[in-house]
Amino acid sequence: MATETLRPEDAKRALTEAYPTKAARKRAKQIVVNAPPDAEGFRPPILSNTRTTPGVITQRGCSYAGCKGVILGPVRDILTITHGPVGCGFYSWLTRRNQTRPPSEDAPNYMPYALMTDMQENDIVFGGEKKLRKAIREAYEIFRPKAIAIAATCPVGLIGDDIHAVARDMKEELGINVFAFSCEGYKGVSQSAGHHIANNGIFEHVVGTRDEPPGGKFRINLLGEYNIGGDAFEIERILELCGITLVSTFSGNASYDQFARAHTADLNAVMCHRSINYMAEMTEEKYGIPWIKVNFIGAEATAKSLRKIAQYFGDPDLVERVEQVTADEMSRVRAVIDEVRPRTEGKTAMLFVGGSRAHHYQELFREIGMRTVAAGYEFGHRDDYEGRKVLPFIKIDADSRNIEELDVEPDPERYRPRKPPEELEALRAQGLDLGEYEGLMADMEEGSLVIDDITHYETERLIELYRPDVFCAGIKEKYVIQKHGIPMKQLHNYDYHGPYAGFRGAVRFYREIDRMASTRIWRHVTPPWAQDPRPETLRQAS
Amino acid sequence: MLLRHTPKELRKRSALTVNPAKTCQPVGALYAALGVHRCLPHSHGSQGCCAYHRSMLTRHTKEPVMAATSSFTEGASVFGGMANLTQAIENIFALYDPDVVAVHTTCLSEVIGDDIPQIVRNAADAGKIPEGRTVIHANTPSFVGSHITGFANMTRALVEYFAEPGAAPTKRINVIPGFVEPSDMAELKRLAAEMGVEILLFPDTSGVLAAPMTGRHEFYPEGGVRVEDLRTVGGSLATLALGAWASAPAAEALEKKAQVSFEVLDTPIGLLATDRFVDALRRIGGVEATVSVTRERGRLVDLLADMSQYFYGKKVALVGDPDPVIALTEFCLTLDMKPVHVVTGTPGKRFEERVRGLLEEAGVEGNVAQASDMFHFHQLIKNEPVDLIIGNTYCKYIARDERTPLVRHGFPVLDRVGHQFFPTVGYRGAMRLAEKILDAFLDRADRETDETAFELVL
Repeated sequence: MATETLRPEDAKRALTEAYPTKAARKRAKQIVVNAPPDAEGFRPPILSNTRTTPGVITQRGCSYAGCKGVILGPVRDILTITHGPVGCGFYSWLTRRNQTRPPSEDAPNYMPYALMTDMQENDIVFGGEKKLRKAIREAYEIFRPKAIAIAATCPVGLIGDDIHAVARDMKEELGINVFAFSCEGYKGVSQSAGHHIANNGIFEHVVGTRDEPPGGKFRINLLGEYNIGGDAFEIERILELCGITLVSTFSGNASYDQFARAHTADLNAVMCHRSINYMAEMTEEKYGIPWIKVNFIGAEATAKSLRKIAQYFGDPDLVERVEQVTADEMSRVRAVIDEVRPRTEGKTAMLFVGGSRAHHYQELFREIGMRTVAAGYEFGHRDDYEGRKVLPFIKIDADSRNIEELDVEPDPERYRPRKPPEELEALRAQGLDLGEYEGLMADMEEGSLVIDDITHYETERLIELYRPDVFCAGIKEKYVIQKHGIPMKQLHNYDYHGPYAGFRGAVRFYREIDRMASTRIWRHVTPPWAQDPRPETLRQAS
Repeated sequence: MLLRHTPKELRKRSALTVNPAKTCQPVGALYAALGVHRCLPHSHGSQGCCAYHRSMLTRHTKEPVMAATSSFTEGASVFGGMANLTQAIENIFALYDPDVVAVHTTCLSEVIGDDIPQIVRNAADAGKIPEGRTVIHANTPSFVGSHITGFANMTRALVEYFAEPGAAPTKRINVIPGFVEPSDMAELKRLAAEMGVEILLFPDTSGVLAAPMTGRHEFYPEGGVRVEDLRTVGGSLATLALGAWASAPAAEALEKKAQVSFEVLDTPIGLLATDRFVDALRRIGGVEATVSVTRERGRLVDLLADMSQYFYGKKVALVGDPDPVIALTEFCLTLDMKPVHVVTGTPGKRFEERVRGLLEEAGVEGNVAQASDMFHFHQLIKNEPVDLIIGNTYCKYIARDERTPLVRHGFPVLDRVGHQFFPTVGYRGAMRLAEKILDAFLDRADRETDETAFELVL
């Protein structure tokens, strides 16, 4: 296999040599050969959350996609109106595969609807606020929602429409919650800016507006889980088995009311650190809710996450129940691993996707004996690669400075430290990593390649150099990879499959990778006559 | 119900679009640019636009869709996108070595007012465009028209940039296919070749977005109209613009630039529109309609006549882009079906006039709307139910809620394959459409008919 003889440093050189000088310099800082931590525990630094160089062909999308698509997208009963020309609202219409389960047949579910102001030239020239107001009124008349969100697209900021003023007025006029997101596509350098903007908006306008907690002894929020292909349903099933109450998910299978009372939970469990750590930090400061990093992708990772939650609550019954559930589920998981592993053992994977999946999915591959030889995020920051201990050293550039940081203080009435400081300290001493995230590099092999915001050019070179057995990315990369004769797994939308979270999801993923690695069609890419292209007569002659 | 909040009661909306039946210009421009050999489309705006367009076109075609972006940030939005585009041009040629870079604008760069030709000239002066390569552009503001307008604008740009006024006369006919599938473009070429008429089809995505699996990704597949051919379109006998919305602007530009006369025809979907296309090829190309094409036609008429009982009187609702929907309306009328709701999202009053004209001639009463949306389309169906819906994948939500069969047609079709390979233009395309419509009716009958009336034979 090529990977055995190829030095990662040489691979890195091969990836960057075609770039013009300036671009090559930048890319060299975004491609890192993973190395063990230094004496102080730091990994090699990786340039990330930085502007994509124009023209390179990037995987990345925009701030609007991060706000309207990722964070608001999975929420079924906030009616989101896109203020802008038709495209943005059209492309974000049902394309992310967020599933949702309204409590009843007639309960609100706005997800199959795309609402927009479809700005025309006149609106651009004379301003679109009037049209937006009117659109909100028309939407209210049809849908009667309890909340309306407004999402801005590129031209809105430039022409100076004050969508927040419109939101305030309409809130007053309609008597429902109306709030706006200035998530113009040019903000920040990727979807990541949109996540931050969405977190801020939901935190400011929704969280903390309903004080009655749900029942249950162990109440948590799940942060950064978006219910792609039904992942959230599997996690909900497991939490229920364990007797853990889910107050709110941000934002898979979520509803407005769940957000509104999220501050009544006693722990925030963070899945996708990149997209939602803001919410974790802000709710800790304002309401006193600690957070831990969890990962429900991978069976072992799921078991570990459940144990962490149990450890936090420190209730012996809960600890016991988690162990029972885990043991029970793992016996079924192991049977499938044993079945699949002979075919997957030693195979290689590459993952270039999102802001957490490129990390989380390595767990699943590991469980069936596969190695991740290269990975990276589309919109991760340094802390997602190197761990949160680099946070104090991250330089804030102009693009990040433009994204508002909310000034959060303890809520005079609702702030309630969930545990006294000495108890939290004791938990830390026992190894519970409260408020910590180690990042992707910590879980990757020495000598593996870590590549931020990989370009199309690098993707193709990487495939030629390594010929991995499975490549994971998104829809734009899907058929490029497969044209190379390598099976490709989409980890944004799961190729319309899934769920892959939790125990049952892990089993489904193992079988899916088994299928991909053993599918017969890949053996038939070369036609039989290309193996000996000479006509029969010539063959006989020789 | 999936669309549980859509009421039957129609209420006038003047500001809110719900579930659009169109999208924005740039995606059409990107698609058109892919129909040029060794061309890399480039989106001048925020990188989300390009990501969305590539994703949507990939989901539709199940093929790699290559395009670059200027990756605007807040700085570019304030100071203009010159630095970004200049840098993009340099990187694109270094990494991807195209013959042509086709820049289209976005709402952002249009609002800023970036002067693309000026930026490109500066880049050329600075030596950033290699010898013999071209950077072309089309203005495609998302707040005007639709994806069809964008397709039309980029196609016109091909004429404006490449067509040479004094090109030597040829015996060729230019054919502008409009925003149709790669398979449709291939079929138009086949049909013309069958008749012995030499055509130059542009743009032509047929060999670009239907690439074979070879074990290697070809960044620039075999297909696409050649730049050297585009330079000669000014010498052609005439131009056939298939579709008033998508194709007429380029044909008009070519007439102005090189005095090539043109005819605007409907997209050749269905018997009659194909007849007019074939007849135009025959007339202008100075050939007889070949036996083989006449046979193809005969086979189609044979099928439609034999199966008439299943089509006759069935109510149908159509939604999609103006050019194909006009042709589909006519085809449904040929089948004696009743197109009772005909809707497009793309603006243009001519659409209503044209469709109304077709309906009146056939004595069918129907609702016709342009610049409308799928929410309205759905409401129309709730008020007057139909036997069949023809439209893109988004119609499946309506189809399921209203328990109505759906034939997928148009852009985008995200949840089925086939449109990449099997055309719906020409006589063969019409046979396929007829087959699909028939299947939709008969599958439903087989599923729902009372057991005693269950039929073995058609």
